[in-house]
Amino acid sequence: MPAGYRKTLIRQIGQHAHSEIVGQLPEGNWITRAPTLERKAILLAKVQDEAGHGLYLYCAAETLGVSRDELTEKLLDGRMKYSSIFNYPTLNWADMGAVGWLVDGAAILNQVPLQRTSFGPYARAMVRVCKEESFHARQGFDVMRKMATGTPAQQKMAQDALNRLWFPALMMFGPSDAESTHSEQSMAWKIKMNSNDELRQKFVDQTVPQIEFLGLELPDAGIKWNEARGSYDYSDPDWSKFFDVIQGNGPCNVDRLAARNKAWKDGAWVRDGLLAHARKKAARKHAAE
Amino acid sequence: MAQDLTADQALFQFLLRMGDNTLILGHRVSEWCGHAPVLEEDIALANTALDLIGQTQMWLGLAAEVQGEEKSADDLAFLRDVWEFRNVLLVEVPNEDFGRTLMRQFLFDAWHSIQLGHLMTSSNARIAAIAAKTSKEVACHLERSADTVVGLGDGTEQSHDYMQAALDYPWPYVGEMFSSDAVDAAMVQAGIAPDPAALRGEYDALITRVLTEATLTLPESSFGHKGGRTGAMHTEHLGHLLTQMQWLQRAYPGASW
Amino acid sequence: MKNEWPLWEVFIRGQHGLSHRHVGSLHAPDAEMAIKNARDVYTRRNEGVSIWVVEANNITASSPSNKGPLYEPAESKVYRHPTFFDIPDEVGAM
Repeated sequence: MPAGYRKTLIRQIGQHAHSEIVGQLPEGNWITRAPTLERKAILLAKVQDEAGHGLYLYCAAETLGVSRDELTEKLLDGRMKYSSIFNYPTLNWADMGAVGWLVDGAAILNQVPLQRTSFGPYARAMVRVCKEESFHARQGFDVMRKMATGTPAQQKMAQDALNRLWFPALMMFGPSDAESTHSEQSMAWKIKMNSNDELRQKFVDQTVPQIEFLGLELPDAGIKWNEARGSYDYSDPDWSKFFDVIQGNGPCNVDRLAARNKAWKDGAWVRDGLLAHARKKAARKHAAE
Repeated sequence: MAQDLTADQALFQFLLRMGDNTLILGHRVSEWCGHAPVLEEDIALANTALDLIGQTQMWLGLAAEVQGEEKSADDLAFLRDVWEFRNVLLVEVPNEDFGRTLMRQFLFDAWHSIQLGHLMTSSNARIAAIAAKTSKEVACHLERSADTVVGLGDGTEQSHDYMQAALDYPWPYVGEMFSSDAVDAAMVQAGIAPDPAALRGEYDALITRVLTEATLTLPESSFGHKGGRTGAMHTEHLGHLLTQMQWLQRAYPGASW
Repeated sequence: MKNEWPLWEVFIRGQHGLSHRHVGSLHAPDAEMAIKNARDVYTRRNEGVSIWVVEANNITASSPSNKGPLYEPAESKVYRHPTFFDIPDEVGAM
C-alpha cells in the first residue's frame, strides 16, 4: 500500500470516526429533554448508532496499523479534526428534526458513494453505516413534520432550526472544488467519489421540495428553480464562517472538545480497572491449569 | 388511608412503583450517552436505558388504563410532580461517576430480576406478560452490571477504591426496596405481586456473592432512607431531573410531538 | 497507550442458518466482555443468534501480494464446476 494513500486514508477515516463521536453531543444535548417516551427512545437509539458508527470506523482505521487510542488522543489534543457541523449548537427541539433531516441527509449523500471506495474495510464499514443512516434521516424528517404542522410555537421552532442549520449543512460538502485542498488526489485514489459541488447541488435539489412540502419558508432568498440547468440555484454559504469554525472559533468548538476530554479522562480508571481485572483473571486461570 | 384503598387504587400505586422505577433509572442512564469511558460501554449503557424506557411505556401504559382517567403513559411521565412519583430513592440519585452508576444499576438490577421472576406468575395476566418480556432484558442488565462491578472492584487499587465508595453511598437506599406497606399487602392478597420483604433473603445472597467476588465490603449500617415508593419524601435530586425531563410538555401544554 | 483494550474480531450467525460471518471488530478487556460488547454493538437490530469472538492478533492472514500464486491456479480447473458438463434436457434435473 502506497504511504500517501495510507496516510490519507487514516486521516479521512479517523476524521470520519471523530465526527461520529463528537456528533453524539449536539443531539445528546436533548435526550434528557425529549418530550415523549417514544421520542426519547428514538433519539437515544439514534445517538447510540452514532457511537456505533464511530466504533466501526475506528476499527476500519485500525486495519491500517493505527490504534483507536492513538486516534482518540489526536482528536483530544486538536491534532485531528472532526466535521465542523457539530460545532453548532442545538437550541430547540426542532433541531432534533433538522439535524436528522439536513445533517444526516447531507452525510448520506457523502457516504453512499463511499460504500464503493477502494479501501475494503472502509467500504464495508460504510455499508453498515449507510443502512443505519436512513433511519436517522427519516426520524429527523418525522420530527420536523410534526413540528412544522404543530402549534404556532412549534412551527416557529421548526423555522428557526431550518434557518440556523441550512448553511452549515451546505458547508458539510466542503469548499468549492476549485478551493478544496485534498479533492483531486483523493478522487484519483477512489477514496472520494464525487466532487463537493456536485453533491451540494444534489442536496439542494432534493431538499428544497421537502422544505416546500413542510410548508416552511425557504432559508435562502437565493433559492430559485433554474429551468435551463434543471436544478435549483442557491446562495453560496459565507465561507469565511466555515474557515472560522475550522480554526476553532465555531460556537461550540471549545465545549465539544472539553466534553470529549472529560469523558476520556474520567473514564481512565474504568478502562484500566477492567483491563487489570481481565489480566488477573487470566493469570489465575493459568495458575490453576 | 391504607384501609381505604380500593383494589384498583392499590393496583395503580403498584404499577406506578414499577413504572416510575424504570422511568427514572432509564432517564439517569440515558444521561451517559456520549460521555462513557469507552465506546463499547457507551453503547451498552444506551441499550440498558432503551430497555428501561420501553418497560416504562408498558408499566405506565397499564397504570393509565387502570387509573381510568383517559391518560397515557406520557401523561403520567411528563405531567406529575415530585410528590406523585413512586420510584424508590435509589434510582433518582445522580450518576456521579461510572462506578456509582454501575453500582446503582447492579443494586437495582438484582432486586428487579428477583421481583420480575415472581411477577411472571402474577394472578394478573397483563402483569405476568410484561414480567415475562422484561425479565429477559433485565437478566442481561444484571449480568452486565454484576460483571462490571466485579471487574472494577477487583481491578486496580484505584478502581477498587472508587467502587467501595460507589457502594457506600447508595447503600442506605437499598432497604427501601424491601419495605412493605398496605399497597403491598393488597397485592399479596390478590396474588398479584410478592411481599417486598420476602425478597430480601434471595437479594442478600445474590449481592453478597457478587460483592465478595468484587472484593468489596458491605457497609455495616442497616439504616435505610425511605419515602420514594410511598411518595412521602423524595430526594432533592428528583425535582431537578423532572425539570429537565418535563420541560417541553410543561412549557407547551397540549402540543403534540 | 499500553493499556488499550485488545481488539477482537466478531463473527455472527444470523437467523437463517448460515455460517458465522465476520461483521466487524471491537475492543474489550477479555473474551467474555468481548462477547457481551458484541451483543450490544452488533446485534442491535436483531442481526444474530450466535456470536464468536477471536482476538485479532490470533488471526493469521494470507498475504495480499500472494494473490496470484495462491488463487490463479484454480482458474484453469474449470472441470470442477458443474456447468462444465452438458447434460441432455431429457435426463432431467441433476
